[in-house]
Amino acid sequence: VKTPRVERFSRDLPPEKRAAVRAASSAKTQARRQALASFFEDAEDARAQAAEIKSYVLDNLRELLLELEEACTRNGIQVHWAFDASAACQIVSDICQVASLEGGVVVKGKSMATEEIHLNAALADAGFEVVETDLGEYVVQIDGDTPSHIVTPIIHKNRQEIARSFVREGLGPYTEDPAELTGQARTRLRTVFQQASVGISGVNFAVAESGRLVIVENEGNNRLTTTAPRVHVAVMGIEKVIPNDSHLPILLRLLAASATGQQITTYTHIIQGPRREGELDGPDEVHLVLLDNGRSRVLQGPYRDILRCIRCGACLNVCPVYRQVSGHGYRHVYPGPLGAVLAPALEGVENMGDLAKASSLCGACEEVCPVKIPIPDLLLRLREEADRNGVDRTIPWKWFGMAAANAARWRTGLRLLPIVSSVPLPLSNPWREQREQPSRIGRDFRRWWNDRSR
Amino acid sequence: MLTCLCDAFYGEVGIATVRVLEHAGCQVSFPEGQTCCGQPPFNSGDWGVARKIAAHWREVFEISDAVVVTPSSSCAAMIRHGYGLMGVDQQMKVLELSELLIDKLGVERWPLKGSRAGKPRRVAFHRACHGRTLGLRDQQERLLKMVSGVRLVDFEQVEQCCGFGGAFSVTHPSVSSGIGLEKLRAILDAGATEIVSGDMGCLMHLQGLIRRHRLPLQARHFVEILAEALPS
Repeated sequence: VKTPRVERFSRDLPPEKRAAVRAASSAKTQARRQALASFFEDAEDARAQAAEIKSYVLDNLRELLLELEEACTRNGIQVHWAFDASAACQIVSDICQVASLEGGVVVKGKSMATEEIHLNAALADAGFEVVETDLGEYVVQIDGDTPSHIVTPIIHKNRQEIARSFVREGLGPYTEDPAELTGQARTRLRTVFQQASVGISGVNFAVAESGRLVIVENEGNNRLTTTAPRVHVAVMGIEKVIPNDSHLPILLRLLAASATGQQITTYTHIIQGPRREGELDGPDEVHLVLLDNGRSRVLQGPYRDILRCIRCGACLNVCPVYRQVSGHGYRHVYPGPLGAVLAPALEGVENMGDLAKASSLCGACEEVCPVKIPIPDLLLRLREEADRNGVDRTIPWKWFGMAAANAARWRTGLRLLPIVSSVPLPLSNPWREQREQPSRIGRDFRRWWNDRSR
Repeated sequence: MLTCLCDAFYGEVGIATVRVLEHAGCQVSFPEGQTCCGQPPFNSGDWGVARKIAAHWREVFEISDAVVVTPSSSCAAMIRHGYGLMGVDQQMKVLELSELLIDKLGVERWPLKGSRAGKPRRVAFHRACHGRTLGLRDQQERLLKMVSGVRLVDFEQVEQCCGFGGAFSVTHPSVSSGIGLEKLRAILDAGATEIVSGDMGCLMHLQGLIRRHRLPLQARHFVEILAEALPS
């Protein structure tokens, strides 16, 4: 039996990485709890409402997307449909080609959808210089790394590492001061923004009725990405559509509180199309790429509730497994409890089924989820599908089942147990490798019960 | 419902449960055909085997209109929630022990009659995660606080799982133990000498870690503490 990837990664994870992830994720969990308690009259009710909105979206996804396309088109936003990752990359690449003739600079705001389709690599192959402008994503990019968290991409890095990377890239003299480091990145990125002909962003919510794209951030780089270059391309997973503007306040507030413990993010962009006549700022063209990439298939199946996700990352922060192994342990764009469901749901239990087992099913994720996704239940269903298809069967339950479904056999098993369990497990046994073997403590219940009933 | 772990290893927990229930005025019966609730294969994804065990559970327990009580939130959660998830309909009212004592019987002091002075002890209470499925709040803590001498200590990351997770403890042994050791360290830092919980799964795992690392801690089920407080 092969060791699951999360377990393997955890064994090799340096203690300082684990410590960095644990400290940051515990702090965020704490901040979330305070934010929900202080910014909401009834946080439970808010979560229930948000869950209902997102469930409605999933029930009416097709109609809402068509409505969104129509409203966006009316607003002057050009809508593109991408069935899969390669189609999406091609669409974006073609837009860049037209916008910058050849080999131009493309700036990017933080977007997990573009991570999912590996857009940077595709654009680099097409000859473009792509620069991430979110500070964390920028560090990830210059280090040739990948984000380890969907909200805080460099949660696994400490200040010293970042300082060394900045010196290596010639951004300035060595400093561990966060403000100075940010200043160095800002100076570099300003020049890049001036050169860029295309800006690419993600989307947090797209409103079907009004055709508005909503993007939240704290750094201001998305403001520049979506306004400074001549062309703005927004890439969104199709599940990010919401019915109308009135649904925004509750979702925006829950997202900010759950993700970063904020009342509202520093910036909330509501984009209703390209620059109009007489306006000073804004791009000439706005494109919206609607990305399916497996989502409509997930929508039809037993894991559809995971599509309610608004990518706040609260389930990662609270997860004991995530805290042990960091996001990279999942070896997928989407880590943590969210990824443990979404990765196998999108890519099949044959490839990703082991992730569904990387959970103690403690339920902390469901408890913090702003849209009340029953993550443990989805993990259980994924495990069932994997088992049914013979994927990663680690424990043969047949024998246990034969005993536990029959009272006489069970009692025989119990009589044999003291003999069986007196034989020490091999030291290589996964239980004994880490823990002492359980043994009977005190009296046997059945004997006691029979003696006193006599 | 004794639970398979108490049947195999922790008979004292079962004995304590009977004594506590009888002290609270319950008439206890023990259907001897009982085995396991099916949770281990269920959590591993083998729902075929789990359904067979569930069918046996129904045969054993669906014989009267008595309430089924168990000293384990995870076994109670399996029957109340897990059975439904795998399409098994069961008819019984199943309660975790503290739900019966606090919510149904309204216990406000312990023991109910007589008294027994207990020596002062610093106890860290670990909330077993399946309490979340049951909607359990602080019922178990409240019972413990009624016992003379018990002082519950606060510790870091009190809400965090112990890392057991059934099959997870075997498929991901170092992640599981890493989580468990984190919990035990937080408890030791808080100056507790006992860790008390309501689920023998958690406690079996933590006990294994305590013994392996020779930590000065005792792992106990809360019902054992309640039983020890009964007048002899």
